[in-house]
Amino acid sequence: MTALVTVLWKDLLIEWRARSRAFSLATFALTVLLLFSFAVGPDTATMRAHAGAYLWLSLLLSSTLLLAQSFHVEVESNAIETVMLAPTAPAAVFYGKALANTAQLVALGLVALPATVALYDASFREGVGLMLPVLALGAAGLAAPGTLYAALTGRMGARQLLLPLLLFPLVVPCLLASVKATTLVMLGDPMTQLPSWLRLLASFDLLYWAVCGVLFGRVIEQ
Amino acid sequence: MSEPAPTPAISARQLCRRFGRRWAYARIDLDLMPGERLLVVGANGSGKTTLLRTLATVLRPSQGELRLFGLDPRAHPSRVRPRLALLGHRLGLYEDLSARDNLSVVARLASKPPPDAAALLARVGLDDRPDPVRAYSAGMRKRLQVAALVVQEPDLILLDEPFSALDPAGVDDLAALLVGLPGALVVASHQIARAAEICDRALLLDQGQQVWAGPARQAVSAWRQLHPRAAAEPLPAEGGA
Repeated sequence: MTALVTVLWKDLLIEWRARSRAFSLATFALTVLLLFSFAVGPDTATMRAHAGAYLWLSLLLSSTLLLAQSFHVEVESNAIETVMLAPTAPAAVFYGKALANTAQLVALGLVALPATVALYDASFREGVGLMLPVLALGAAGLAAPGTLYAALTGRMGARQLLLPLLLFPLVVPCLLASVKATTLVMLGDPMTQLPSWLRLLASFDLLYWAVCGVLFGRVIEQ
Repeated sequence: MSEPAPTPAISARQLCRRFGRRWAYARIDLDLMPGERLLVVGANGSGKTTLLRTLATVLRPSQGELRLFGLDPRAHPSRVRPRLALLGHRLGLYEDLSARDNLSVVARLASKPPPDAAALLARVGLDDRPDPVRAYSAGMRKRLQVAALVVQEPDLILLDEPFSALDPAGVDDLAALLVGLPGALVVASHQIARAAEICDRALLLDQGQQVWAGPARQAVSAWRQLHPRAAAEPLPAEGGA
């Protein structure tokens, strides 16, 4: 547990020290949201109906940059060897890094939410507070496989291309559940479907976090 | 009743490592007792770095048997790894963090108490500056690497070209610091004469093969016998003398 907290603290400290990167990432996410709004056109009803999908597509595209960067800081000066030689289980390193990535994705989501409201005329009929568990579960579903694949591709030349190629197909169920849950929070949930989608999302998260935690050690060992 | 024999820090038998079809080194036999200091000498590409990375458990041997502190590092990584430290070609620290932050991260990862960063940095000739390591020169990075090594308090220190990028004063400071550190030491260096001063024994590699082993003070002459052209030229460490 100590190792996990240390890795989490270390990753958040690095991102805080290099926070200009976070501003760039937020700008990228907002730009994607803006471009989608232009692409859809001035049909307010369509924009409102699909606001949840655009929010999550924006987060998914931004996540590839964030996840690739999270492992780039490890391989840039070979700091990963310092981590590997420390008396820490690879699983603790994985969970520390994945939690740090989840926290950053949730923060990015909280920045993107007001922009979604402004650009797509979205509202939260079920209450904006419900967006927090949706964001947390959705971000966790992107962060776990993303952290594993970022470690796998981190030392490869074409990592910026390989990471989305590997990640996107795997996170389709998570993306689907996140979009559906977000849309229900935004447009209303008369049939009380939201708990079912959140349970589905939590189940995928559990699966991703368990499997990726086991595989991470094999990925970083040479 | 006699004392039990101490466990070797390193015990390697017929150790080999290959990348694809190319052998980086082969059939290395090595014993290093606690407190002993070994110099590994060889031309570029002779397998020094790969051997050190294998001893550091970063790479797995392709063949042969390796025991560190009497344990199989693959079976007991959590018991072996806290006891060793590797100073490699690359920094091994975080570029976006300051020197103080980096030492704090290393100490936490190694489960050591928080270091007195200012004193430690002064010991290796660095100021306690808030700017990120990214702004440091190669020599300053090397000094920071050494400070990180001290924080870990390892029983086995593996140094790959520790004197590269250091100015003459830095080389002297590092040599003095290394002599004062407890534990076993393995140094791979092209500055043979300088490194031999702090080592007891030496090992000469040529194209991945162990071709000579003996006292460190004879390493220079062994090197010159293997590379006759070097006999006519001053060795890098002697060039500036």
